[in-house]
Amino acid sequence: MDTNKNSYTIIYTIVLVAVVATILAVVSTLLKPVQQTNIVVEKQMNILSSAFLAADAGNASDKNSYIQEQFARFVKEGIVVNANGDVIKSDNENIAQSDAFKISPAEQFDIMRKIASAKDEQQAQQLREQLQLPVFICDTPEGKKYILSCYGSGLWGPIWAYISVNNNLSTIYGALFDHKSETPGLGGEIVTDNFRNQFVDKVIVEGGAISHIKVVKGGAKDKAHEIDALSGATITSNAVQSMISMWLEYYMPYLQKLSQTTNAE
Amino acid sequence: MAMDKKIFTTPLIKSNPVTALVLGICSALAVTVKLEPAIVMAISVTLVTGFSSFLISLIRKTIPNRIRIIVQLVVVAMFVILIEQFLKAYVYDVSKQLSVYVGLIITNCIIMGRIEAFGLSEKPLPSLIDGLANGLGYGLVLVVVAFFRELLGSGTLYGMQIIPQSWYAAEGGHYLNNGLFIMPPMALILIGCLIWIQRCFQKDDTK
Repeated sequence: MDTNKNSYTIIYTIVLVAVVATILAVVSTLLKPVQQTNIVVEKQMNILSSAFLAADAGNASDKNSYIQEQFARFVKEGIVVNANGDVIKSDNENIAQSDAFKISPAEQFDIMRKIASAKDEQQAQQLREQLQLPVFICDTPEGKKYILSCYGSGLWGPIWAYISVNNNLSTIYGALFDHKSETPGLGGEIVTDNFRNQFVDKVIVEGGAISHIKVVKGGAKDKAHEIDALSGATITSNAVQSMISMWLEYYMPYLQKLSQTTNAE
Repeated sequence: MAMDKKIFTTPLIKSNPVTALVLGICSALAVTVKLEPAIVMAISVTLVTGFSSFLISLIRKTIPNRIRIIVQLVVVAMFVILIEQFLKAYVYDVSKQLSVYVGLIITNCIIMGRIEAFGLSEKPLPSLIDGLANGLGYGLVLVVVAFFRELLGSGTLYGMQIIPQSWYAAEGGHYLNNGLFIMPPMALILIGCLIWIQRCFQKDDTK
């Protein structure tokens, strides 16, 4: 057969593309549930790790089911709060399917950025009302922890974090950082235990007001507020600082209201 | 059969796609910071080169000559996407580390090069072997480079601590990881060293 005829070429292309597209569509549909589970489990693991509840994940024979069990066991409540500190929605069961879990911190971060560049106060206020912030309440062996979400931009791509706050609503219990594409060995080091353990016991609320964590170069002196920056990764270190400050400001009204109610009890 | 053996062994060292032909350098720089992603990358590239060479060779007589590059691209892209999907489903952590580089296997010159040079003219089975061997040759370089970069750059191998913690300056020792090994230029220097070593022992093949 003449394989150089135009009609042959066109039909050949159509058939080839159709076959390839079918194969890809089938495989993608078949694997989708597994991939979705991976993404959900990863988020669950991040949340748990911020409160030191997923330490054995590396040794577990079936990591996914271990994480899901731990999550169901310790995470008791998923709450959605707005920028005024009011609870919009609260779920006590099936946290992994709750609204709080489904909130995408990336989308909220977009809104925050728009607020920062809003033309006038009115527009900023409108945007503020759209904000939805997730809070996860954990019952750990060391008491109740409030896990807050953070998201920001690093040097090459997004960075995000989960920060667990002690029941006193003023100090950090633990933190977990992750990133999409920071430089391995430099900015990428924010995921290491060395970096995240520095956040333990840092004071974020002092006398009812926010107290910002500072990431400093050349040795942190103020043990209550300062973190050692990563050497060679100034931009990522600064990004961590501004990310936490930004999100804490929006979480602040909720934390204030919460501490009033707990004090009243 | 002796012929087949040669098809398999030459690309490993003698005409290694990276050191002898200097193809596929870009991804060799990007994914060799740690051993684990390097190994997964090596396996992925091996499978893609093998299968796409095999498939192209199978349909080589039907491919219209004018669009053969596009047909090759479609086939390679299909295998790359398949690999990416499987990685995301079954080794999610590694697929996160490799991020865009799995998708970029498509642009790896080794694959198209082997299809053009071998798959289009030879029988399916030798093509499969040739593809796999070239992928393995590429993988071999990746693993060697990643071995040195991870050991000297992070003090670990396959995620396990090799350099004792007590040696480090933070614990009172006098050892520091070499930050240069983490940066891409070091991969290029290492590959340069490999090429140098190879050409020293392989005088007959000087170009």
